[in-house]
Amino acid sequence: MSGGVQGEVLAPATEADLSAAIAAAAAAGEPLAIEGNGTKRAFLRPVQAARTLTTRGLSGITLYSPSEMIVSAWTGTPLPEIEAALAERGQHLIAEPPSFSALFGAALPPTIGGLVSTNLSGPRRITGGAMRDHVMGIRAAGGTGEVFRSGGRVLKNVTGLDLCKLLAGAHGTLGVITEVTLKVLPGPASSGTVAVRVADLAAGVRVLSAGLGSPFGVSGAAVLPSGTEGRPGPLALLRIEEFSDSVAYRTGRLRADLAPLGEVAVIEDAESRALWAAVREAGPLGAAPDDAIWRVSVRPTAGPKVVAAAGMARALLDWGGGLVWLAGPATPEAHARVVAAAEAAGGSFTLFRAPEPLRAAVAVLPEEPAALAAIGRRVKAVLDPKGILNPGRMRAGL
Amino acid sequence: MIRLPDPKPEVLARRAEIVAALQRILPPGPMGDGVISEELRLKPYETDGLSAYRQPPLAVVLPETTEQVAAILRYCHQNGVRVIPRGAGTSLSGGALPLADAVVIGLMRMNRILEVDYDNRLAMVEAGVTNLGITNHVAADGFFYAPDPSSQLACMIGGNVNMNSGGAHCLKYGVTANNLLGLKLVTIEGEILEVGGRHLDAAGYDWLGLLTGSEGMLAVITEVTVRILHSPEGQRAMLAAFKSNEIAGEAVDAIIASGIIPVALEFMDRPAIHACEAFAHAGYPLDAESLLIIEVEGSVAEQDSLLAKLKGICERFDPISVKVAESAEQSLAIWKGRKGAFGAVGRISPDYLCMDGTIPTGQLPFVLRRIGEMSESYGLQVANIFHAGDGNLHPLIMFDANDPKSFHAAEAFGADILKLCVEVGGCLTGEHGVGVEKRDLMGVQFTAPELSLQRAIKGAFDPDWLLNPAKVFPLEDNPAFAARVLPHAA
Repeated sequence: MSGGVQGEVLAPATEADLSAAIAAAAAAGEPLAIEGNGTKRAFLRPVQAARTLTTRGLSGITLYSPSEMIVSAWTGTPLPEIEAALAERGQHLIAEPPSFSALFGAALPPTIGGLVSTNLSGPRRITGGAMRDHVMGIRAAGGTGEVFRSGGRVLKNVTGLDLCKLLAGAHGTLGVITEVTLKVLPGPASSGTVAVRVADLAAGVRVLSAGLGSPFGVSGAAVLPSGTEGRPGPLALLRIEEFSDSVAYRTGRLRADLAPLGEVAVIEDAESRALWAAVREAGPLGAAPDDAIWRVSVRPTAGPKVVAAAGMARALLDWGGGLVWLAGPATPEAHARVVAAAEAAGGSFTLFRAPEPLRAAVAVLPEEPAALAAIGRRVKAVLDPKGILNPGRMRAGL
Repeated sequence: MIRLPDPKPEVLARRAEIVAALQRILPPGPMGDGVISEELRLKPYETDGLSAYRQPPLAVVLPETTEQVAAILRYCHQNGVRVIPRGAGTSLSGGALPLADAVVIGLMRMNRILEVDYDNRLAMVEAGVTNLGITNHVAADGFFYAPDPSSQLACMIGGNVNMNSGGAHCLKYGVTANNLLGLKLVTIEGEILEVGGRHLDAAGYDWLGLLTGSEGMLAVITEVTVRILHSPEGQRAMLAAFKSNEIAGEAVDAIIASGIIPVALEFMDRPAIHACEAFAHAGYPLDAESLLIIEVEGSVAEQDSLLAKLKGICERFDPISVKVAESAEQSLAIWKGRKGAFGAVGRISPDYLCMDGTIPTGQLPFVLRRIGEMSESYGLQVANIFHAGDGNLHPLIMFDANDPKSFHAAEAFGADILKLCVEVGGCLTGEHGVGVEKRDLMGVQFTAPELSLQRAIKGAFDPDWLLNPAKVFPLEDNPAFAARVLPHAA
């Protein structure tokens, strides 16, 4: 399902070469498919381009200052390389970005530039912020090849328009990020999870709301409809990441406070870490190989209603209930049910994985109101005047 | 010296007609006139927190609804009238400084809290609600809104969004951008739009992120959906005084390396310590070169444990003194001096400029040494307050406003400090915004093509450059303005 690489592949080894490659493509008016390690080719819409530009040649950490809590890396640096460097100094990426290698059947790990460009965040997003929240600076090449910077290498910066956020989550359609600087934090000394057996998803989200509305600094909040090994579902999970004495104290307090809501257990450090590593990759969704996968974002209490309205057999709730993972038949009808459910809940959706014909045939993201779409086209024209960067990736004709 | 663009003569000539048209959109109501145009009543709007610069606007409008904002903007767009959005007018960078031919849209009458949802941990409020007003509204239920700029009693959430305001607790809780879910905004054409919502990470371009910190140049924000958090069980501070800035800097590094993320980590240099102590009598050691205030959160036992670890770290650096608060009262006493810093400096010198650059934290000793040298060569005193966790430096430059030479020297001194911040790898502004204050320094941080790109993105929202047009970007090479700009009489 990951799809093949398209046509000729350009793999510049320097920012200058990348810039020149884009400039040449712009001069020729030839669109480029932009990718890192190509782990998410089956994500969003198929790109209409004869050639592919990969950033995997621009690799390596350029600056890591643990005391200043920042790391800079060339865009093609593989995620595991950055995670390993941070782990050596007891630090981590705050947004806990998933690789989704299993979901997409990718052999290679994602690149840091790909993770920023897709703004995909893991369970810690609910309290720690998204991938885009920790992008302190970028270098990027626009659609003419010209390299520009935004932000910098410090943690607090409001100088000029924040193009870091504009490019994070733009899926390579507004520019090709060449280098990123991320805020990092000390990783937790210990992890603990309070697991509450609940009657249904709505009861599960009530547990999550109680935990997230507590003073205990919950850093993960998910409902597993089918539970997990040895723990039947639906199972509501609340994670604490702290020094070990604080983990013991806070999980103990949550255990006592949540007892009226269902049978409660506390999952200790190693098992807790393994559990959230699985949630991070949407493993408990249990998607079948042929399933389409949707990611819906709504206010947390609306999560269970979205699952019911979409009528999918397989689901997973993260982010307090607000991130709804759904897996089901890869048909336009199923897609329409998900779209309707997301819209009824006032939320947003992404067709996350599907065979190419479905991705090409439907809107994979919500439509924008006309006035906003017009601004979007003007911004695209500023950054990519020839429209050569990942055309059609997010929306048809853009 | 800050220059403003020439007023448009055709707009000035139509002043009476424009005011009449605005009065038709905003007839007088129970809250009084919606349009202010008399010279005397325009006075309060001629400046903001950067009070060295004053310029009365053409008129001020005080809408009460988003629809009224839309009608005003539609009119201004159709008639080529420039617009300056304004919240509480607390901007320290002159973000709300008017232009002679502009209409100021004051959002202070849009001060309703529209919805509070504890299950989903969000509050939807109008742009004119104060920062502290949000926390006060939810505090009884144990919640708070995290970003806490020092003007939080007065400053409004719409302004916070436009400046991406920070505060003393950013290290743990992030800045405004990290605490938003959605916005309602009005484009210069008068279109009402919503971006984001009540959910996280709406798919599509991150308009929410781009609008945050856009300094009123892209749209007028009328409603804001913020995330609210449950308060921790408690918090407590400690104070550690050191013999040099270098040593204090090493202590900060050691704290970060220990894995503890204090909720606040504030640094003061010798002049700041002395000013604050004389003002607040907080018990700061006057023989110290530098002082750290460190605050942690959690249960009492957790506070004890973290503070004991932090005390142990500080003691490795030959401190002059380390004082851990034993109670909430002692904690408040430790904070008293720091929170009174602006008043304290004001007592020494009636006039001061509060600068706001960011530096890589490791550069602090070097930067303070250079600032000390500049202070001598300019003959102006400076006190430094530093958010040590995130590198945000606030030098307070003292001057005499009655002496134009002293004021110009202070401005030059401030500009030199900001250039130094960029030189060592930092930036011109950490949380106050560029406004007019740092506008002409943007070329120090960005190349000409980078500035053109940012201008073009503003142009994608506001093709006629009507929204807060003289801010953030240098005027000289801006094709949106006539080449001629008049010197502004400060």
